[in-house]
Amino acid sequence: MPKLITQVGCPYCGSSCDDIEVIVSDDNKKILEVHNACIIGTNLFMHANDPTRPKLPRMRQADGSMKEIAYPEAIDFMAKTMLAAKKPLIYGFGSTNCEGMAAVARIAEKSGAVLDNCATICHGPSFLAMFDNGYPSCTLGEAKNRADVVVFWGCNPMHAHPRHTSRYSIFPRGYFTSKGQMQRTILSVDPRQTDTAKLADIHLMLDQGHDYELFDAFRTVLKGYDIPDVVAGIKKETIVKAVDIMKKARFCMIFFGMGCTHTDGRNHNIDAAISLTRDLNNYTKCSIMAMRGHYNIAGPGQVWSWIFGFPYCIDLSKGTHAHMNPGETSSVDLAMRDEVDCFVNIGADAGAHFPIQAVQHLKKHPFITVDPNFNMASEIADLHIPVRIAGVDEPGVVYRMDNVPIQFKAVIDGLPGVPSDEELFDMVYERMCELTNTQPVWIAAKEDRKHPANISAVNEA
Amino acid sequence: MSEIKGEILIKGGFVIDPAQNIDGDIADIAIKDGKIVERVSNAAKVIDAKGKVVMAGGVDVHSHVAGPKVNVGRLIRPEDKLFKSGVAHAPTRMEMGFSVPSVLKTGYDYARMGYGFVMEAAMPPIHAPHVHEEIHDTPIIDEAALPVFGNNWFVMEYIQKGEIENTAAYIAWLLRATKGYGIKIVNPGGTAAWAWGMNCLDLEDKVPYFDVTPHQILTGLMQANEYLGLPHSIHVHQNDLGNPGNYPVTLASLKLAEGVKTKNKFGREQVMHSTHLQFHSYGGDSWATFCSKAKEVMDYVNKQKNITIDLGCVTLDETTTMTADGPFEHHLHALNHLKWANVDVEMETAAGVVPYIYSKDVVPNAIQWATGLELALYSKDPMRTFITTDHPNAGPFTRYPRVIKWLMNKKSREAVLASMKKSDKVIDATTIHTIDRELNLYEIAAMTRTGPAKCLGLSSYYGSLKPGMIADVAVYDLNYKDMPSDPEKIESAFLRAAAFVKSGEIVVRDGEVLSHGHKKTVWVNPKMKENPQVKRDVTESFTKGYYTVGLTNYPVREYLAPHPFVIDVDVEA
Repeated sequence: MPKLITQVGCPYCGSSCDDIEVIVSDDNKKILEVHNACIIGTNLFMHANDPTRPKLPRMRQADGSMKEIAYPEAIDFMAKTMLAAKKPLIYGFGSTNCEGMAAVARIAEKSGAVLDNCATICHGPSFLAMFDNGYPSCTLGEAKNRADVVVFWGCNPMHAHPRHTSRYSIFPRGYFTSKGQMQRTILSVDPRQTDTAKLADIHLMLDQGHDYELFDAFRTVLKGYDIPDVVAGIKKETIVKAVDIMKKARFCMIFFGMGCTHTDGRNHNIDAAISLTRDLNNYTKCSIMAMRGHYNIAGPGQVWSWIFGFPYCIDLSKGTHAHMNPGETSSVDLAMRDEVDCFVNIGADAGAHFPIQAVQHLKKHPFITVDPNFNMASEIADLHIPVRIAGVDEPGVVYRMDNVPIQFKAVIDGLPGVPSDEELFDMVYERMCELTNTQPVWIAAKEDRKHPANISAVNEA
Repeated sequence: MSEIKGEILIKGGFVIDPAQNIDGDIADIAIKDGKIVERVSNAAKVIDAKGKVVMAGGVDVHSHVAGPKVNVGRLIRPEDKLFKSGVAHAPTRMEMGFSVPSVLKTGYDYARMGYGFVMEAAMPPIHAPHVHEEIHDTPIIDEAALPVFGNNWFVMEYIQKGEIENTAAYIAWLLRATKGYGIKIVNPGGTAAWAWGMNCLDLEDKVPYFDVTPHQILTGLMQANEYLGLPHSIHVHQNDLGNPGNYPVTLASLKLAEGVKTKNKFGREQVMHSTHLQFHSYGGDSWATFCSKAKEVMDYVNKQKNITIDLGCVTLDETTTMTADGPFEHHLHALNHLKWANVDVEMETAAGVVPYIYSKDVVPNAIQWATGLELALYSKDPMRTFITTDHPNAGPFTRYPRVIKWLMNKKSREAVLASMKKSDKVIDATTIHTIDRELNLYEIAAMTRTGPAKCLGLSSYYGSLKPGMIADVAVYDLNYKDMPSDPEKIESAFLRAAAFVKSGEIVVRDGEVLSHGHKKTVWVNPKMKENPQVKRDVTESFTKGYYTVGLTNYPVREYLAPHPFVIDVDVEA
């Protein structure tokens, strides 16, 4: 009898929807149907059925081909290679669970690595702005239950976070927003006529790269001063009207994305956005939120902040303390300067997302990819170690874009013999401790940290 | 979890244990398999405590050490790590940060100070998995967490309708779901109002929409707490925190405890714990006329026996304020214009984070410093007055030894006062210069272990050296018979314990961490029969989507609290 599993978390975007329903085969081996998820989420679940999924590590041979090897050999190689390197770089973590992120922190510290996550090429500038200016935010339920004005600045959730608008921001009926979309005024600030912009009551189609000016104009108008007739390609009347809507909101919610974070001005744009949010709080209630990309990309920022005090770009090579200085200790900068001598790519694809020059430098040194699937980083790697898919065949905690922790379930059994990220990194850590003749540090006794194996027990909890 | 085996004998120290009225007697403390026992065999490991003070492990009643707002503090403040972090050497891992230390530094530093139990003071229920993830990554110390209830929609609705039983049933469900310890109330009603950008500064201010007052929330939760008979009382951060002239609101809130009787099986005598009272004991009507009202507040506390307090002493450091009092943090940011983080939490609460620099040369800060110390010095009952800094709000917990120094030594207080740029103004607004009292080690032990353990309903496990207790024992390099004339030596002795035995395992020697210990997560399991209405209401809030997570993904899963120490409460009703 196929089984229905409800309230499943989706391993795709930062919306981390946990209302997915999955029908699995009687033997817990195959996903038959996926309901509620967007098309991308559905496909991610269905990928898990792919019979060609790697089941064993593969090592690059002298002739350039890849040969399957046993896990102990791969673990030994990874431990030795990272210990031998002067400055390994560990990058990724958009798509794994927090248990894996805590485990990788142990091997990063042990091997004196630089620990970085996808924020380094994504919301990194937003972090810089938060360091300077704070982050007045809220959980997505607050936006859903209260927001009557929603601003999408440089983001297009209709494509990037397909269910965001229906679960949290435009359409849903919340406690104080029982009329749903009818009760919300939507502003979109985007140089393109995106599908989100098409849904907006006002679309401010600004000149590309002029976000900072426009934020400045908003703040100027909000404080009661005059602005030029046209700012960033937007007419003064439109700006005044938009500011008036935000100021008169009961609860104004600003979502910003890559279009704001990674256009000219970068962290300064976000700094101005945070200042605008703060200013609006002198008149009404206003919150701001970064549209984080992956389902658990907020996770490493949280986990590593409580372990090392920094969310990303964490240089542990000094051995005694952690050091963060984006630009100096950020992945792409390190790679472009050829400063690392071993690269470990985990739950992300540096092969596809880094500048080609950076990848060329990284390829000069040992290159290890830990990923459930084949991707560009796995195909150029010296060693590819497959793991279970967090959120599909491995449970665990993930942090949604609003930093709410969600305890994801596993819906099917993992491939036999394939470890989770956490188990793999714990084995690498133990091997490193053996090689260096040191005692491993387990704070939570290891035997007690095993996940509940029985899926139905978790579902009933 | 591997059991702790083995015997330890702490030999010949000056034992101080207010739970047994022992004050400086020379005695041996025997430990076997994690518990304090009457005697051990000759095979026991011996710690020589001759000429040193021996106390039970410290118990911190209120500290922000794990969870979302603590982590926001870490994340937005890289400067808190710069030149202020420890240096790791085996066997310890890296320890980062000063005012908001990493979880590793938190565990190590508490252990170095001889503390064995720490209460995380505010857990937003939806973020409970996060709180437990941080707790299980924190070494050595036992921890529990108080979920916040004072602005919770269910609580406000039930109380508005006068439904105490339903309130209690909801609390019982939430404590189980979050693996929480007790009822924390932060700015009752005010934080809920903050979701619309407003606040409740007075006990009779109405909460927007919910039509309930802070007065009703406090009274209702106090009744629900005694209905359930929880180990701890309600734990209250009152309205109007930090503002000049707030002490009448404080007294009015404390008076709500008058006539209320405790009902519990855990030896707790209070019905209300008023936390970081320093922030609530101000007179004046502006920052120009700001002054201490510690005397007035403590006069009331001294005679009202069913309340306990902790100090929240300002330590004159650069620190990070963080509280579920969202509107206060917005207000504070408007005063100091430093960065401001805020997290409003659906259905439940909010939180804010703002860095703050307490300077002895800024008159209101200096008055705050004096107010905190005055509270302790005016206290007639150290078993109801606990030393805290509301870590990290008034200062980091690593300053407890400094606070102890100030309380034990008048000369050291006078030196700080004399070094202030405007000491005359501070003297005008406070009474600290008139107080000759110096606390003794017995009073300090009551204020840092025995008292807090009793207040938390944990006196059968922590805060004493009686046989049968969990073997948390701290040895400090202080000679009871010949206390150092240099006050700095008091601070250094309490900062780095000569030895600390945690759960029967030596984890610290000479201030150095030797082991990562065997920590536990303590939580309360109220056993109450299912309440169909509460079950329906909770389920509906999820199915109607006012919560944006699924009901089955909300309760904290067992594996996130891998070393549970569960206190069952049989609810008689």
